[in-house]
Amino acid sequence: MNAKTAARSVARPLRVSTMSWLLRPRALLVALTSAAALFLLMALNMRIGDIPMTLADVVAATFGDTQNTFIIMELRLPRALAGALIGAALALSGAITQAIARNPLASPDVLGVTQGASVTVVAAIVFSGTAYGGASGLLATLGIPVLGLLGGLAGAVIVYAFAWRRGLEGYRLVLVGIGIAAVFTNLKYWLLTVGDVHDSSRAMVWITGSLHARGWEHVVPVALALAVLLPAALLGTRSLGALRFGDDTVTGLGVRMNRARSAMLLIAVLLAAVATASAGPVAFVALAAPQIALRLAGTAQPPLVVSALVGAVLTAGADLVARTLFSPAELPVGVVTAVLGAPYLIYLLVRIRRERRT
Amino acid sequence: MSALATVARPPAKERLGALRRRRILALGGLTAALAVGVVLSIAIGAKPVPPADIWQALTAPTGSEHDIVVRSLRIPRTALGILAGIALGVAGALMQGHTRNPLADPGLLGVTQGAGFAMVLSIMVFDMTSLHSYIWFGLAGALLASAGVFALGTIGGKATATPVTLALAGTAVSAFLYALTSALVLLNEQAMDVFRFWQSGSIAARGEEVAWQVLPFIAAGLLLALANAPGLNTLSLGEDVARSLGQNVTATRAVGLVATTLLTGAAVAACGAVAFVGLMVPHMVRPLAGPDNRWLLPYSGLLGAAMVLFADVIGRVVAMPGELEVGVVLALIGAPFFVALVRRRKPVRL
Amino acid sequence: MRLQAIDVKLGYGDRTIVNGLDLGIEAGTVTTIIGPNGCGKSTLLRALGRLLKPMGGQVLLDGKRIDQTATKEVAKILGILPQAPTAPEGLTVADLVARGRHPHQSWYRQWSSDDESAVAEALDMTGLLDLAERPLDELSGGQRQRAWISMALAQGTDLLLLDEPTTFLDLAHQVEVLELVRRLHGQAGRTIVMVLHDLNLAARYADRLVAMRDGRVVAAGAPHEVLTEELLLQVFDLDAKVIPDPVAGTPLVVPIGTRHLPDRGTAAKETVST
Repeated sequence: MNAKTAARSVARPLRVSTMSWLLRPRALLVALTSAAALFLLMALNMRIGDIPMTLADVVAATFGDTQNTFIIMELRLPRALAGALIGAALALSGAITQAIARNPLASPDVLGVTQGASVTVVAAIVFSGTAYGGASGLLATLGIPVLGLLGGLAGAVIVYAFAWRRGLEGYRLVLVGIGIAAVFTNLKYWLLTVGDVHDSSRAMVWITGSLHARGWEHVVPVALALAVLLPAALLGTRSLGALRFGDDTVTGLGVRMNRARSAMLLIAVLLAAVATASAGPVAFVALAAPQIALRLAGTAQPPLVVSALVGAVLTAGADLVARTLFSPAELPVGVVTAVLGAPYLIYLLVRIRRERRT
Repeated sequence: MSALATVARPPAKERLGALRRRRILALGGLTAALAVGVVLSIAIGAKPVPPADIWQALTAPTGSEHDIVVRSLRIPRTALGILAGIALGVAGALMQGHTRNPLADPGLLGVTQGAGFAMVLSIMVFDMTSLHSYIWFGLAGALLASAGVFALGTIGGKATATPVTLALAGTAVSAFLYALTSALVLLNEQAMDVFRFWQSGSIAARGEEVAWQVLPFIAAGLLLALANAPGLNTLSLGEDVARSLGQNVTATRAVGLVATTLLTGAAVAACGAVAFVGLMVPHMVRPLAGPDNRWLLPYSGLLGAAMVLFADVIGRVVAMPGELEVGVVLALIGAPFFVALVRRRKPVRL
Repeated sequence: MRLQAIDVKLGYGDRTIVNGLDLGIEAGTVTTIIGPNGCGKSTLLRALGRLLKPMGGQVLLDGKRIDQTATKEVAKILGILPQAPTAPEGLTVADLVARGRHPHQSWYRQWSSDDESAVAEALDMTGLLDLAERPLDELSGGQRQRAWISMALAQGTDLLLLDEPTTFLDLAHQVEVLELVRRLHGQAGRTIVMVLHDLNLAARYADRLVAMRDGRVVAAGAPHEVLTEELLLQVFDLDAKVIPDPVAGTPLVVPIGTRHLPDRGTAAKETVST
């Protein structure tokens, strides 16, 4: 994956009768490597727990029927899957957002999703939590994931409503998005100061993003969302590529701008909302994974599939570290994603600067 | 070609004068807004003080209860609000100018999270409890984080870091430090308790010392910022044009980023995570100032200070007898205003 | 010799574009650099204007090494206008031109009467006085190009380097810009170096042509010495006839192509009619 082998990043055409696609060998290589890394990380992750296992135990229990099968299938596999899928969904959402906003600093945070979800959940914990982990009121009836989902979607609707003005322009969307996100963020901060400090700590865990005790009920929604939305996003890639250019060029290229942008935006919002509902707004994945992916794959804009894989690897790796570092205590995964992802992104930035013309 | 024949000059000159008059008028308007903010900030508070007593406290203090409220609470608080507001407004305009990114807030180079991390660390490691002592840590953390980002951005190249690289490196370092901070406060509830209040931003109960503590840094930052304005003007025409106009691009960028760091570091160490005001303000004054940074920077500073003071006063009034933190009010009132502005007119691109 | 490149090696990163090139620019001449895309014309111009530091060799301005002269001092002698420069939205023509005065300003001298008159003069010369208050992004391509040249003029240098000042302009506007260049030369005897793509206009408006290919100077001299049929073949791989320009007498390049070759003429006509 040396960037110097630029020739490999050149796309090659693949033609089957009248259909034709462009294959990017380097992106393919990155994708395969990421997938392999993902499996390894998930397997390593599944070794950890009250009953330690070897890798062989894990594999045997997953694909056969051993004494460990129950633990693996009901506890450890869903958690590992949740991590990978949530990471993938967030990264995909980030890749789409960055392409629409034409800004590498954009992430689903500017779509109102993550902050909308955060503020809802923090409010629920602070107002109806009972300081020692109990719950009452709205929180007990609906549960955190549903509240998070509703809050995230509501946040997105607010941003979209305010950003729409005779069309949807990436630049205005981003500015409106940060304005609204600031409202949510500061409401969240304020709620944290109002609440009991124990409740605030609990809320803090959720808004950092955590995979603790995530089971199949968290895996299924994200898996469904990805199964539907990833293909939809891939179908939209062509228009996404065009959206990178200015509005005049986009119209010139024959893409119906507002519709294309709204559709891609909806995909990004749904992915981020479902992922956030399951694990909280796991920090930094949505912003960093697409940027890491585009630098590894040597493409001009974040490649969707590679971004998703990198996001999954990042989250799975972070979960592994979060569980082993202070074992048996565990850190929220959102703490570790940034600790792992940030240095790697910086390393890529520095390395590429060295290679490229100065 | 006929246009090239000598054209009467006076009209053009007169129109140049009109632009200048409009700019001076806007400057006057912003200054007046700030003055109103100062008056309100001194006059309004949880404890009602009649105007006559306020005047007495300002001119001939006798040590009465009202004198103490005005002189030891409201004036320092107002002074700190002005300092922080000016600092963040100017820093925001500089940062957006240098990165050419409308999403750049003045804490972009890791300043805010650097300050937060250093303060939490000092609370946990050294058991710091007084605000005055951990402000120094906050300031040091801000400066170190920013220096780190700049070093990372320029590693291995004799050339300057590109704005995109810097912005990404800054975001990455910020996320890194924020993650460490979250880990620390999750492990330590006492630190969490301090951190959550710092995070929401406040200029209350800081006392005179804090304003004096940060004043030298903000003053130095402002001087550098103003000196940087003409250079930033040339840079906005592209690096090649800037160089051809005799501007040292590397030095200009470095001075601009040092100024931003000093201003933002001092402001967030003293008042918490309120850097958002620095993101909003330049967008609000850009339609007035046009693309000339010699006007944009002072406008941003004035509006920043006025907004901080107004937000602080509102925070005192709405939650009587308690208070809402200034950072929260800034976002709750400032952000919708900002959104409305962005919607109303086509946002000016950088 | 106002400006001299001695054995310069130029490039970006690991890529060398120009290697061991020598070139001198005489005082008071209009020199135009021509050559195919990617031959290093712009790279050379950037190096002459100290925007690009040579990897080897040196550039001399009035006999002094340009990289050892303070960049602000250079900016008072030499102005360079890069290709397709960009300005922030909303910048007015007057503001842009005023920024050309930057090298003459300092913190205690922000807007002198010299600045004022230089800007007015630059606007006047480029015929932009009436447009002074208009934002740059509302102007036509030709007007915008004149505004940028006006900025370079306000800089008050007698040495001007222009990188493709006529790109994106229609023929009338190209002529307009080049007439302006010529007038700048005529009035104050300014030394001008340009990169141009249009060979006929280059021949018409330059005193001296420099033809480049693959980072080397292939020929340099008066237009009629340089623009020959052999050279066009050698530099551009172009089959062309060179005839005297009926207006100016300078060389006029008429490309041959395939469409009107006598033996293929009928074939071409058939394609058109079908």
